[in-house]
Amino acid sequence: MEFLKDLIFLINYLLQGTGVTLGVTLIALSMGFLFGTLLAVMRVYGSKPVARFAAVYSTLIRAVPVVVLIFILFFVIAKIVDLSPFLSGALALGFASAAYQSEVFRGAILSIPAGQMLAARAIGMSRLKAIRYIILPQAIRLAIPPWSNEAAIVLKDSSLVFVIGVPEILRRAQYVSARTLEPFIAFGAAAAIYFALTFLANRSLDFFERRYRILM
Amino acid sequence: MLDSLSLFLQRTTPELIQGTRITLQLTMIALGLGVLFGLPAALVRVYGGKYARRLVIGYIELFRGTPLLVQLFLIYYGLPDLGLTLSRLFAASITLGLNSGAYQAEYFRGAIQAVGSGQMLAARAVGMSRLQAIRYIILPQALLLALPAWSNEAVSMIKYTAVVFLIAVPDLMGQAKILAGRYFNPIEVYLTVALIYILLVFVATQILGAIERKMRTPGLVLEIERH
Amino acid sequence: MMVRAIIRVEDLRKSYQELEIIKGISLTVREQEVVVIIGPSGTGKSTLLRCINLLTRPDSGRIWLKEQEITAPYTDEDKVRQRIGMVFQDFNLFNHLTALQNVTIGLNKVLRMDIREARQKGLWELERVDLADKAASYPAQLSGGQKQRVAIARALALNPDVMLFDEPTSALDPELIGEVLGVMQKLAREGMTMLVVTHEMGFAREVSDRIVFMENGVILEEGPSRQMFYAPKFPRTREFLGKISELYGENRPGEI
Repeated sequence: MEFLKDLIFLINYLLQGTGVTLGVTLIALSMGFLFGTLLAVMRVYGSKPVARFAAVYSTLIRAVPVVVLIFILFFVIAKIVDLSPFLSGALALGFASAAYQSEVFRGAILSIPAGQMLAARAIGMSRLKAIRYIILPQAIRLAIPPWSNEAAIVLKDSSLVFVIGVPEILRRAQYVSARTLEPFIAFGAAAAIYFALTFLANRSLDFFERRYRILM
Repeated sequence: MLDSLSLFLQRTTPELIQGTRITLQLTMIALGLGVLFGLPAALVRVYGGKYARRLVIGYIELFRGTPLLVQLFLIYYGLPDLGLTLSRLFAASITLGLNSGAYQAEYFRGAIQAVGSGQMLAARAVGMSRLQAIRYIILPQALLLALPAWSNEAVSMIKYTAVVFLIAVPDLMGQAKILAGRYFNPIEVYLTVALIYILLVFVATQILGAIERKMRTPGLVLEIERH
Repeated sequence: MMVRAIIRVEDLRKSYQELEIIKGISLTVREQEVVVIIGPSGTGKSTLLRCINLLTRPDSGRIWLKEQEITAPYTDEDKVRQRIGMVFQDFNLFNHLTALQNVTIGLNKVLRMDIREARQKGLWELERVDLADKAASYPAQLSGGQKQRVAIARALALNPDVMLFDEPTSALDPELIGEVLGVMQKLAREGMTMLVVTHEMGFAREVSDRIVFMENGVILEEGPSRQMFYAPKFPRTREFLGKISELYGENRPGEI
């Protein structure tokens, strides 16, 4: 009976962490999306220095472990502005994800036939308009499958903000494990929650992919 | 700032080298274990019976659907609950290995399936058993097709190992944490460590790229599906 | 009576890397004229069209669209392209938009027309190419001939001064060529100024006013279509016309 009560308390406590986990994930993904598409456009359509910068950013950031990035950005941000670990962690994850997402979008943009840009310019669109109304809408839809992959990764990497004290699922599991001295159940439950989240995320993204697929 | 940085580097070089060595060792062990778990898993996934396949799919989904860090804690802190206590290094290695194995299983599976059923048919037609066909015809081609994805995983493994510092393994990140605590300059320490990782990744990319180029066979290219 | 020139090209040159594709071309297309350019593949015909609407920047030479010299520095290229319609060999319809949206996007986003007005005009243009019933279809759901007709509607929607056609039927199955040529002939009868690169000799003979024969980046011969077909000056012209007529045949079903 005591055990059951503990279990319920534990599950409930962990589930509260889900909100934090999802919060970090969504902020990081959105940031990564905005910054990532910008980087991809810079890389494909930008002038040489601009494209160079985007390429270097992408390559360097992707060569560093996410944990290290979280630490660096956390300490750097802490010096400039007073942000909660939640926000610093989400931002750090966002910067990292931007680099990976830029690769996804870059691949998608490059796989769009050259004729699309040609036709857009032929009806008098400026390059910017063509990118905005013709290239990007198609690129984003083409990018859904690899992007879903990246989204799942960000969801799992959100567990890393644990290291700067954000009370997401893993940190709570650790707390529970320390209190109840049942590490296997605590971390097992955490794993189960993550698994459920990843599963749901994949299902919904599959749905999106099927609905918005463009036939070329 | 630059002076203190170079001084700092001089004083900490031995620790950093130690950490790098452990990181690289862990990387290679994890990759090796990954192949050990992943390749058979892929083969079972493609050629195995109903129940074997279900088991393997369970393994793959489990390790791909949960964070590496959670797996690490579960194995290092959780298994002793069930009576199985592992050393830090062993826990780290086995977790990374199992994790990588799940991802590698998918790369190998994709490659095996891309080899095309015609190859198996032709092999059986000249009298080979299923096992022989797999060993002499399918696998060699599949491994070649999987090389790009595998090289990617190999280079990325260097980064994945970083989390093991959280169970006090003295890899590069572990050393970084110690040094940051000792000298109170977290930003410099982690930036230095980031640079070392960049260097390692760069070198690994070059080496694996060269290997890829050497092994490239005309006509054997994996078409990546774009919907 | 001086009929004014819509397009005037003067001594155009264009090279790619070391190779000179266009070696000094001069050409005039007058109002309501239908000019057909013929010649062997790879002789710069497509490049010429793309220079005229500035999709490709010529190395030297000048081009005028009506009174405006469009090769002058500081020319607003986007505005120029609003006045020139182009139809591509590969259609290049926007895959993520319906047929109607393909036509209206230029009106709405480039000419900044109100979306309801744009839709009305769009439907009217689709009606003009006989495809109003396909307004809600996506390019993937259309046949090649239908795709090309939508492409024509898309180009016409901006009321261009001239229409450029770059081998509009070369990517089509034989049965579908007729419907596109039919639309083009209708346009010609309505008085549109047209510059067409094609191998379709039937169209060239029946619809065009002038034929230009290009080879190796220069204009070898040009003249009124009757004259070019029945009494070409250069033996090379006669040879090419003969071969092409053989290949592409005379009077296919559906053709004018």
